[in-house]
Amino acid sequence: MADIAARNPAGHPTQQRSSLHKLMQRKSTIAFLMALPLILLITILVAYPAGYAVYLATLNKGMTRFVGFGNFEFLFGRDTFWLVVYQSCLFAITAVIFKAIIGFVVAHFVHNIPAKGQRKWRGMLLVPWVIPPAMSTLAWLWLFDPSYSALNWVLEGVGLSGIPWTGEAGWARFSVILVNVWIGSPFFMIMYLAALKSVPEQLYEAASIDGATWWQRIWYVTLPMMRNIIAITALFSLIVTFANFDIVRVLTAGGPLNSTHIFGTWAFRVGIEGGDIPLGAAVSLFMVPILAVAATFILRDITKRGSEV
Amino acid sequence: MAQVTLRKVVKKYDEVLAVRGIDLDITDKEFIVLVGPSGCGKSTTLRMIAGLEEISGGDIAIGGHVVNDVPPKDRDIAMVFQNYALYPHMNVYENMSFGLKLKKTPKDVIDQRVRQAAQILDITELLDRKPKQLSGGQRQRVAMGRAIVRDPKVFLFDEPLSNLDAKLRVQMRTEIKKVHQKVRTTTVYVTHDQVEAMTLADRVVVMNGGIIEQVGSPNDLYHSPATKFVAGFIGSPAMNFISCQLEQAAGALRVRLNDTLSFPVPADRTTRYTPYVGKPNLMLGLRPEHITETRPHTEPNQHDFDMMIDVVEPMGMETLVYFTVNGREICGRVNPNAGAEAAQSMKLRADLSNMHLIDDSTGKVL
Repeated sequence: MADIAARNPAGHPTQQRSSLHKLMQRKSTIAFLMALPLILLITILVAYPAGYAVYLATLNKGMTRFVGFGNFEFLFGRDTFWLVVYQSCLFAITAVIFKAIIGFVVAHFVHNIPAKGQRKWRGMLLVPWVIPPAMSTLAWLWLFDPSYSALNWVLEGVGLSGIPWTGEAGWARFSVILVNVWIGSPFFMIMYLAALKSVPEQLYEAASIDGATWWQRIWYVTLPMMRNIIAITALFSLIVTFANFDIVRVLTAGGPLNSTHIFGTWAFRVGIEGGDIPLGAAVSLFMVPILAVAATFILRDITKRGSEV
Repeated sequence: MAQVTLRKVVKKYDEVLAVRGIDLDITDKEFIVLVGPSGCGKSTTLRMIAGLEEISGGDIAIGGHVVNDVPPKDRDIAMVFQNYALYPHMNVYENMSFGLKLKKTPKDVIDQRVRQAAQILDITELLDRKPKQLSGGQRQRVAMGRAIVRDPKVFLFDEPLSNLDAKLRVQMRTEIKKVHQKVRTTTVYVTHDQVEAMTLADRVVVMNGGIIEQVGSPNDLYHSPATKFVAGFIGSPAMNFISCQLEQAAGALRVRLNDTLSFPVPADRTTRYTPYVGKPNLMLGLRPEHITETRPHTEPNQHDFDMMIDVVEPMGMETLVYFTVNGREICGRVNPNAGAEAAQSMKLRADLSNMHLIDDSTGKVL
């Protein structure tokens, strides 16, 4: 380098080529080039549709005129919209809480099964999560069927009256949450199980020598050690559950009387079935700010704790 | 008072006997070291005292109370683990105070005891740090602090220095000894390092294959080992074992190693060894420091012999020489200036007053 610089003190072409060469050699440049395919993919599949949805949401029903925030103003004035907001939150939060609790408890059970039989149980417990939800929800649909419900048949068999699983607002909400919990719990189970396995056994031994009871070991050792995994899993599940479509669509299609609609299904109803694509786009855009807030809070906590532990 | 008593303690994993019925009395304030090769059952024994392993048979008593079915938290013990087992999400202060907090000790008492222990261990300025921010030696101190703060009946150490580098290990060894001199709590310490065992212990328990080979003070074990295993395990470089025969000639006993090499047995051992004259499977045990270069002396039990040296290892303060007798490699320790050279003959001296005669079929030192 020193040689070349000495021979061409003012040689522009060489300097240019060498600076390009330098640029190519910089680690950040290489990193950018390697990440480029993914960046392109995300741009095409995520950024463009998202931008297009924002654009659509500003058009009128016939998609001929720009209406600004007109669609949003219209939504704010409708009771159904607020019902959907309420139901989406109820659905996502309740389902995530139950999935987390059930996943945590089941993970503990599986963790305590001797290693030999554990694989078998892990495999079986993952089944609900592995089956495509649209298919497994069909099975639930039959279990909930007003005329042929196997669940009601059992209830009536033991002398109780049948339950209108999908026919009454309260029970319909319960049913969609139940099916979502059934499908989603194994994911929590497997994440928590992995986290449990990464907690060194000696910490529990140290805690039990320090005088901790079974419950105190969970509270002071397990939970703090799993905090990050619990937060990430909950956030991830909250996003997926909030944006759920298939379960509600197959099980109740939003009924009875819109009482189980969530953002995804209502956007579909309004946009595709109702033929008002801009309004549907506006509905689906409401998920963004809610999820962004949740993501910020949880991820901030993770980075904070990540630097500590 | 916190004596620890083990009576016929057995540990069985499925069909494998890890500990085969050991008896041990540890007196109050004593520093006991369990030492042995890996798989000898020393850690299992410690974990049974801690209550982390159920015992399959026998009794363990702490302070006179049988604790067989008492969970670890109610045994009033503290344990220091090999990898420290500090809670990574708690700072040093929280780590040390955790046990007291669970016992609902008043906050001011906790604070006083944590600071006192921190002072003993010289970690006061680390109290706000997380374990991640500490070096290996500092973590080790915190783990000890966590034990001291509890003021338990018994301290249990499970190979606490194995994860440290050699220099730090020596330093922490002294530290542990100092702490024990200050705190005087009954201590059971497990290690595979015989140097650690010798330097720390009031009494050393040598274990092998799930049984106790010998219990005794470091000096007892070194000078009067009860078995071939103890003789070979304690001391570095290890004791030399040479197959030999005992013969009686003109009223005196001789240890004959081979046709050319034999030494008279010290007079004070004649009566003790006479029954073994002509018996097979005998071995002479002689520590390397009792094979030296020849020098002027008046000792009756030192005998010179010529030997071809195979290997010479200069250590600085001494030189190790290796030679072969009866197909076995024998080690001697000579003065660095004695002129030892490989593949050269050298005049060496064996000090038979420190000899051991071993029955190789039973492994007993006679």
